[in-house]
Amino acid sequence: MFINLKWKIPLILFVMLGAVYLSYPLKDKIALGLDLQGGMHLVLEVQTEKAVEASLERIADDIKREIEKEDYEIDRVSADYENKTVTVLMVDAIDLEAVEEIMESFTAYLKNEGKVREGRGYQFRLSKEEETRIEQNAVSQGLETIRNRVDQFGVAEPTIQAQGDRRILLQLPGIKDAERAIRLIGKTARLEFKIVDESVSPQSALNGSLPDGDEILYKREENIETGEVIKTPFLVKKRSALTGENLSGANVNYDGDFNEPYVAITFNSIGAIQFQEVTRTNVKKRLAIVLDGNVFSAPTIQEEISGGRAQITGQFTTEEARDLAIILRAGALPAPVVILENRTVGPSLGKDSIEQGVNSIILGAVLVIIFIAIYYKLSGIVSITALMLNIVLLLGVLAYFGAALTLPGIAGMLLTVGMAIDANVLIFERIREEIRNGKTARAAIDAGYAKALSTIVDANITTFIAAVVLFQFGTGPIKGFAITLCIGIAASMFTAVFVSRVIFDSFMSRKKVSNLSI
Amino acid sequence: MEIFKRVTEYNFMAKKTLAIVLSSVVILVGIISMITHGGLKYGIDFDGGTLVQLKFKTPPAIEDLRDGLKTIGLGDSTIQEFGSKNHILIRVEKSEEKLEEIGSKVKNSLIGKFQADDILVERVEMVGPKVGKDLREKAILSIIYAIIGIVIYISWRFELQYAIAAIIALVHDVLVTMGAFSLADKEFTLVIVAAFLTIIGYSLNDTIVVFDRIRENMRRKGKTSFADVINMSINQTLSRTILTSGTTLLVVVALFFRGGEIIHDFSFALIVGVVVGTYSSIFIASVFLVYWENRTISKRA
Repeated sequence: MFINLKWKIPLILFVMLGAVYLSYPLKDKIALGLDLQGGMHLVLEVQTEKAVEASLERIADDIKREIEKEDYEIDRVSADYENKTVTVLMVDAIDLEAVEEIMESFTAYLKNEGKVREGRGYQFRLSKEEETRIEQNAVSQGLETIRNRVDQFGVAEPTIQAQGDRRILLQLPGIKDAERAIRLIGKTARLEFKIVDESVSPQSALNGSLPDGDEILYKREENIETGEVIKTPFLVKKRSALTGENLSGANVNYDGDFNEPYVAITFNSIGAIQFQEVTRTNVKKRLAIVLDGNVFSAPTIQEEISGGRAQITGQFTTEEARDLAIILRAGALPAPVVILENRTVGPSLGKDSIEQGVNSIILGAVLVIIFIAIYYKLSGIVSITALMLNIVLLLGVLAYFGAALTLPGIAGMLLTVGMAIDANVLIFERIREEIRNGKTARAAIDAGYAKALSTIVDANITTFIAAVVLFQFGTGPIKGFAITLCIGIAASMFTAVFVSRVIFDSFMSRKKVSNLSI
Repeated sequence: MEIFKRVTEYNFMAKKTLAIVLSSVVILVGIISMITHGGLKYGIDFDGGTLVQLKFKTPPAIEDLRDGLKTIGLGDSTIQEFGSKNHILIRVEKSEEKLEEIGSKVKNSLIGKFQADDILVERVEMVGPKVGKDLREKAILSIIYAIIGIVIYISWRFELQYAIAAIIALVHDVLVTMGAFSLADKEFTLVIVAAFLTIIGYSLNDTIVVFDRIRENMRRKGKTSFADVINMSINQTLSRTILTSGTTLLVVVALFFRGGEIIHDFSFALIVGVVVGTYSSIFIASVFLVYWENRTISKRA
């Protein structure tokens, strides 16, 4: 009858030692969730439509350039964001045939939708596949860029992953300066160099006489004392002369006279050639340095600049300059992002939460233990032993899966304690019943375990179903709760049913027990 | 030690009318409360909005906070103490999609009235309206999925009427707990949905223990009436029911008092749920089984 113990006891020892090995020391083996260690949970949405719009604009630009190269007279080439179309309008309908030929190189992603405007132009539509490709690209590239930025910012063990079609989930444990992190992560950081148009004053351009192909951008300066923001308009060419795409480096330097920080940027070889070309053809003109649509400075080009070096100056603090350098090195986001969800917990609150969580676990467990020991006497001690092992096992499995412990997770653990007792209560009450019916201790244990088992299994499986659904649905902390509950239920089946039985059996095998302490 | 020296012989089924009236009244009160409160009170998880938890060195005057917040125009705000006078929880209607950290924004709006060093931003939670809607749908779906999964399992292990009875009991429990939440003017958040799913699991757990006994006793019932079998089963499992509910209550009460402010509402829901879940497995689920049995008998006749 007790032959089984030969393999059961080693099995239990093996499982328990394994659990201890996996979870000891707790501090290193079980990661704390963001709510317990402090940190930031962000869900960003990539505005992919902006990437499509930028592509349309670029395509329209390319078409225009191609046609101009052949010396045909264009009325205009315009992009319609709403319908995802580009319309090419010629001055003379005769030139359309030539346009058709030029457009052949664009047919991979543009579909000719036929003539418009009395046959003077064509309308092209961006193909659905190309649109999807641009959108997917915007998300995957955005993800990569954000990962680069976070890496350079220096966060230990960040989680950065795509979520759904256009969302990015970030988990940054231990972030102290949330504001700085958001600025660093979310800035589009589109760097452009634009030639300033000085043929018209910005003021008259604002009053209506905006030259074709120009736009107004502002330089924002804050008066440090009053906090007032002064906006200075600049009239610049819409088409950027150069972008930040071809940078090879960006570093913080300090101005010799006032010791003010600025960002020194270096172009790679392609960028350097472009920069040289731009400066050569625009000597004595002003070149606006534009970041995300804001003018930072607009120095006058004194002479052709070779070597590919430039400076971005502005009202920077050292930290701001350093962050800007990080962003520029990591590259621009292909499309702007907005924050959909932000949950940030400060480190001090996290510490309080752990303390309270641990306190409540200890309090709850102690209450239960005292109660069970009084109520079931020696059998109660068996059950408590099983309960302790249950917690060890739970911690071991949590560590094995690399699941983080969250505050709701602690609650789940405590709930497991409550429910694991249930299995033993069911068994013990059954055993008592059998003893009342006149069975011997030995037979009562057998019958009690046998009869209670199906109830325990049914009850645990239904709770398990609820916990699994919760896991599927949950985000962040809820997942932590669900996973502890799932593991806890499974572990309690092992400890409360199997282990406690083995303990009883090994007692029974040693001596003849006639009175069961239950 | 034993609660009952022998198996009790309470006639639970004799109290079924009382139980049904009591449950109906409690649920009705809850529903009326929900209606007068204008539906469920959603937290930011489901409604969108922003929560900022601040810790002050000295207890701040709520008026000063309100004045400060006005300057940043984030819409309607509610300000409340959170656990102690030094901890303040501010909820604002709006969620800011812009790349701005609302915690610092709120803190900055208060500087002038307070010293910057005296304010600590402990927690910020911002949920955009889109995410709120997503989460709301997901939460409802998750509860439906959980119920479907459980019905399938119970119908497989028992018979269909047992599954229906179990579902009625758990819907009862969820309704009562929701009513309690509405009466206590507490908010529905993601964590509360987790609590509800736990209650669902727990309530079933309890119901199944009784059902299991009913099934077992049915096999050798002889001439005993169905209602008597149910009574006997409930009595036989009564000490277990009380013990388990008791120990579970011990731990959730520990959680309620010591777990900290953040899971306070969660433990509140569990306390209500455990008590109601225990009651419903005796009075609601079993009563339904008797009704079902009577109906099928009268159909046959």
